[in-house]
Amino acid sequence: MGITKRVVIEPVTRVEGHGKVSLLLDENNKVTQARFHVVEFRGFERFIQGRPYWEIPVLVQRLCGICPVSHHLAAAKAMDRIVGADKLTPAAEKIRRLMHYGQMFQSHALHFFHLCSPDLLFGFDADPKTRNIIGVAIKYPELAIQGVMMRKYGQEIIKATAGKKIHGTGAIPGGVNKNLSIAERDIFLKDINQMFDWAKSALNIAKDYTLKNLDKLKPFASFDSNHLSLVRSDGAMDLYHGNLRAITADGKKIFDQVDYSNYCDYLTEEVKSWSYMKFPFIKSLGPKDGWYRVGPLARVNTCDFIDTPLAEAARKEFKALTGGKPNNITMAYHWTRMIELLHSIEKINELLHDKDLQGTDLVVKGKRRNEAVGLIEAPRGTLFHHYKVDDNGLIVMANLIVSTTNNNEAFNRSVQKVAADHIDGVAKITEGLLNHIEVAIRAYDPCLSCATHAMGKMPLIVTLYDHNGNEIDRKIKE
Amino acid sequence: MMMKPKIATASLAGCFGCHMSFLDIDERILQLIELVDFDKSPIDDIKEFTGRCAIGLIEGGCANEDNVHVLQEFRKHCDILVSVGDCAITGDIPALRNNIPLKECLEEAYLNGPTVYNPEKIIPNDKELPLCLDRVYPCNEVVKMDYFLPGCPPSGDAIWQAVVALLNNKPLDLPYELIKYD
Repeated sequence: MGITKRVVIEPVTRVEGHGKVSLLLDENNKVTQARFHVVEFRGFERFIQGRPYWEIPVLVQRLCGICPVSHHLAAAKAMDRIVGADKLTPAAEKIRRLMHYGQMFQSHALHFFHLCSPDLLFGFDADPKTRNIIGVAIKYPELAIQGVMMRKYGQEIIKATAGKKIHGTGAIPGGVNKNLSIAERDIFLKDINQMFDWAKSALNIAKDYTLKNLDKLKPFASFDSNHLSLVRSDGAMDLYHGNLRAITADGKKIFDQVDYSNYCDYLTEEVKSWSYMKFPFIKSLGPKDGWYRVGPLARVNTCDFIDTPLAEAARKEFKALTGGKPNNITMAYHWTRMIELLHSIEKINELLHDKDLQGTDLVVKGKRRNEAVGLIEAPRGTLFHHYKVDDNGLIVMANLIVSTTNNNEAFNRSVQKVAADHIDGVAKITEGLLNHIEVAIRAYDPCLSCATHAMGKMPLIVTLYDHNGNEIDRKIKE
Repeated sequence: MMMKPKIATASLAGCFGCHMSFLDIDERILQLIELVDFDKSPIDDIKEFTGRCAIGLIEGGCANEDNVHVLQEFRKHCDILVSVGDCAITGDIPALRNNIPLKECLEEAYLNGPTVYNPEKIIPNDKELPLCLDRVYPCNEVVKMDYFLPGCPPSGDAIWQAVVALLNNKPLDLPYELIKYD
């Protein structure tokens, strides 16, 4: 046995998913193992047991301050079923949709401008001192302001529908607790054309970047995978509600129009000793072949069409690149995310012109149930909430598969791919190399990346040890 | 040229919502980078403190050994340390696990859940994973905290006014409507 090196890439100030990467190299610096670990555990599934069901939509959203609306709405959709509200009033459903598209708009803008634009504008190997949002604000002030103002617009929509920008209270079991006043609506209508312009220009930036660098991006951290998302009953993209569809890397349907209440029959999650994040897979295909990707890329791949004209035109252009087949390029997440940004503002516009938003019939109730599932397409992918409630209305079981968890195997594959392509055989670690791994993880917009580099990028320490655990090299990327 | 004061931020056992709320100062972020330099923070990716900081903003309580180390580092390097939000102040939602043995929480997530596939009955235990503390601790039970900004999260306006007041050596006198306890 020759010397084995262990390389650890560890983000330092982590909360929403402490993540780290570990690599094992043999004596020839060949990568023998590459792993992506999530090193945080909170135990929500257990500690919400005993809490009343009506509290859950406001409680579980505290899982995540970056897209709390997703958890708020997924839990509310489950609690609709618990209180027997099988169909919400038009006002309630549309207020919730507006809240959701507001969140999609702010979250995608945040990810693209605050987090990723530095990589795309300055390059993976650019000086880390300027490769952050402050660097963008100095060099491209107009672009930075667009990002800030788009995020603000989405946040204001959340505030108008949920009561607060972060951790609101708008959705309640069976409906919502307020509608949208004419005065509130008019504030949003005043700025909507500006938002359209900026969303279109953001889409163009992502598209042009991808096409210009296609040769480099095609193999980067990429691999064939299955894709999973909700789709509407007619096959359209629907970020708020639908049935489950999964497809293979070349577009064959694995299952389609599955009622998500039966998700347990189709999906399961493998536990591994080295990560707190489980590894979901499609049962019928098994752990080796059944893993899949979720999020914007998966959604654009799985849906048959988008029901808003600008985003649909953008989708067609995107699909043309792969001759209509699913796109498996990891870095194409950025382009698809901006297609969804544009779709979201189109949906917001549609909804703002809908008089149902001023409706006053906000809550329905029916026959109580003791078990329910709620799903939603969160900015980062399909989000699963599943609860059992006793006769006193207290939670007795909770199962959550958060969006980022669905991509767990994909993170690992991406890290392995970057390690194999860029680290294999390299004796000396460079800062630019580290950022390649970071760029790959960031493409998915994982919640831990939000947490770890919400306003810039991940600080990383890489330490190189010999097989006795002696430190032989250490790099800190600031 | 006068050196700008430095500010540092950290997110421990929280949800990152307080940092998001900080971002809700929106275009005032351009004013902020005129007023201060950012030191150790997710904002600029500085990993080690580069010098003495005037203000440290802490989101989240302490749930594992890493959280404690980071908090102690902040106390060492910051003149004023602020508990931002309810998790830092009380432990809040993550501290709901304090009444339940940690083992039960782990078993629920990795053995008992309806979608768990775990034929070998593994509970994650790799040495890459930091040790969980017995319970979740508010920051002021670990180090001395100087100010407490309540809310889940405190609004962007509240954070902005607090930071500006502290930078100008003014009393932290927030108007009633900016103080929320949810």
